[in-house]
Amino acid sequence: MRVPILRLGRVLLTSLPADLTDQQVMDLQIDALALIQAGKADGLVIDITAADVVDSYMARILSETAKMVKIMGGVAVLAGMQPAVALTLVEMGRGMIDMETAFDLEGGVAKVARMVASRGGRHDEVPTT
Amino acid sequence: MSLEPDVVTVNVTSEIDAAEARQEARRLALRHGFTTVRAHGLATAVSELAMNLVLHTDRGGLIRLTAQDATGAAVIELVAEDNGPGIPDLALAMEDGFSTRGGLGCGLPGTRRLVDTFAITSRVGEGTRIVCLVRRP
Ligand SMILES: Nc1ncnc2c1ncn2[C@@H]1O[C@H](COP(=O)(O)OP(=O)(O)O)[C@@H](O)[C@H]1O
Ligand SMILES: [Mg+2]
Repeated sequence: MRVPILRLGRVLLTSLPADLTDQQVMDLQIDALALIQAGKADGLVIDITAADVVDSYMARILSETAKMVKIMGGVAVLAGMQPAVALTLVEMGRGMIDMETAFDLEGGVAKVARMVASRGGRHDEVPTT
Repeated sequence: MSLEPDVVTVNVTSEIDAAEARQEARRLALRHGFTTVRAHGLATAVSELAMNLVLHTDRGGLIRLTAQDATGAAVIELVAEDNGPGIPDLALAMEDGFSTRGGLGCGLPGTRRLVDTFAITSRVGEGTRIVCLVRRP
């Protein structure tokens, strides 16, 4: 089963399931990149609230996806990291996840909008901070 | 509190098995009074070692977790073992960023930082065995 991608304005939203498979990762990357390339979205927010752990394997997948989105001219933000996940990542080694983060989905969407606006992108809703 | 050791064994050959092993690890740790954060750390260490069994050996291997309670304390032993190709240079494999398969190369060094005691033995052509301990005061 493909991981669903929702569209909120010009931002794509996706929630990773706990038991994410390799195939799902590839499908998700292809789907998101296609939407960004088609000019239908400026960025992607990946919610990991449901992920039971973020190990180095998952960290690599997340960073890789963010890099691909960036290459396509979009921005990617990671949202919903649980405190235990964050503490474990810090203990394992800094720099395991190389991407922007936000507290929750809402914060992620705002961050995408802000980042697109600050680099002069086509996002027209500029939130005031 | 029980003085009998609480043992969980998972045979790991696929990603699905790795997910089962880390879920078992978290449940075991919580059952023996470890905090959510410590249980999560153990689950992550198990995930790293289990994924190494999936990615770096042909036939996978075994994850065995043994919890032992004592008065006001507990210890969990984590063993990952396989009959895979072995690791020719252990010092190199323990370095941050070293990977023979394009991984992040922080599974082994990261696991060492997550646990209280870490020991690894490996013989080329025979296999690898990693033993870790996590303690609860
Ligand atoms: N069980 C194992 N059997 C054989 N080689 C292993 C095993 N576990 C780890 N290795 C070797 O050690 C290297 C480092 O492992 P690790 O730190 O987990 O990084 P990664 O898995 O990202 O490559 C691996 O690339 C692999 O060469
Ligand atoms: Mg690894």
